[in-house]
Amino acid sequence: MSLLGLFQRRTSGTVARDRLQLILAHERAETGRPDLVVTLREEILAVIARHVPVERDKVRITLERGEGVSTLGVDIELSLPAAKQLAA
Amino acid sequence: MSKVLVVTSGKGGVGKTTTTAALGAALAQGGQSVVVVDFDVGLRNLDLVMGAERRVVYDLINVVNGDAKLPQALIRDKRLDTLHLLPASQTRDKDALTDAGVARVMEELREKFDWVICDSPAGIERGATLAMRHADVAVVVTNPEVSSVRDSDRIIGLLDAKTLRAEKGESMEKHLILTRYDPNRADRGDMLKTEDVLEILSIPLLAIIPESQEVLRASNVGCPVTLNNPLCAPARAYSDAARRLKGETIAMSVPSERRSFLDKLFLRRAA
Repeated sequence: MSLLGLFQRRTSGTVARDRLQLILAHERAETGRPDLVVTLREEILAVIARHVPVERDKVRITLERGEGVSTLGVDIELSLPAAKQLAA
Repeated sequence: MSKVLVVTSGKGGVGKTTTTAALGAALAQGGQSVVVVDFDVGLRNLDLVMGAERRVVYDLINVVNGDAKLPQALIRDKRLDTLHLLPASQTRDKDALTDAGVARVMEELREKFDWVICDSPAGIERGATLAMRHADVAVVVTNPEVSSVRDSDRIIGLLDAKTLRAEKGESMEKHLILTRYDPNRADRGDMLKTEDVLEILSIPLLAIIPESQEVLRASNVGCPVTLNNPLCAPARAYSDAARRLKGETIAMSVPSERRSFLDKLFLRRAA
C-alpha cells in the first residue's frame, strides 16, 4: 500500500468507478470501439518494454477528472530484476 | 422541425418509462406538440404511467400492420391536449414489428408532432434497436450503479452503430440523464459521483434526477411526475431537461425538496 493510501480512505464509490473503467476498457476493445485508455496502455507498455521487461497486467492506467484539472495516472509494477536495472 | 428522441438504457428498471412520460409532459407543457411511443411490445407500461390504460383501443402493431389508422390509435392526454400516446401491444410479440412498417409510422408521426419520444424496451435486442433506429437524439437513462453504467456503455455503442444516422455517417446526439441520484450518499463516497459516470460514459449531461418518493407517487396515480407535482425536485429536474432539449441554457443543479424548518429539525434529530 502506498503512503498516500494510508491517509485516503478508499470509498465504495471509488472502487465502483475503478472497476467500471477497467472492465469497460476491455469490453470496448472487444466490440471494436476505440478506447483512449486501452490505446494509451498499449503504447506506454510498448515504450517501457523496449527498455525493461514488464508484464501486461502490471500496468494500470487511470483517468481522474477533478475540478479544473484532470490527471492521467500510470501505475507500473516492475519485477525485481527490472527494478534493479532501473536503480543501477 | 420535428425531432425523434429515443429514451434508452440497456438495463431495465432505471427509469426509462418515468423519463419518457416526464419529458413528454414537460415539453407539452411548454407548448410543443408531443407524442410518446411505447416500443416495449408485450410488456407495455407507458399507458399505465400516463394513466391511459383504460383508453387503449388500437396500438403500434395495429398501425404498423395497417389494421388501424394512426389517428385511431393515438390517445390524447386528458390533462394536456398537446400530449399524445401511441401504446404498444400487450398481446403480440416484438417480431410483429416490421422495419418498413415502423419506418412508415415514424415518418407519419414526424409530420404530425414537434417531438416523437420513443420509450425503448430494456435489453439490446430487436425491440431496443428498432426504438433507436429512427432517432435524431438519444437520452440515455442511467442509475449511479455499476451494472446500469456498464449497460449504458453498451447502448451508447449501439447508438453509434445501429441507428440510421450512424449508418449514414452522421453523428448521433446523445445525452445522459442520471436518475435516482442521492447527493448525500455520493458526497459520503458511497455512490458513484456524477463526474465519475460522465467520465466513464463520455456523453453530455442533460439532468440529474434526485431519488424521490414523488416518482412512485406519480406512477401510482398514473400521472407524469412533471404534471403530478410540478414543484417537486424530480419534476423540476425533468422540466429543466426538457428546456435544455429545446436549446435553452440552464445552469445544472440537483434540485432538492423544499423542507420547512420543522422538517429539517426532525430530520436532523432522526439522523
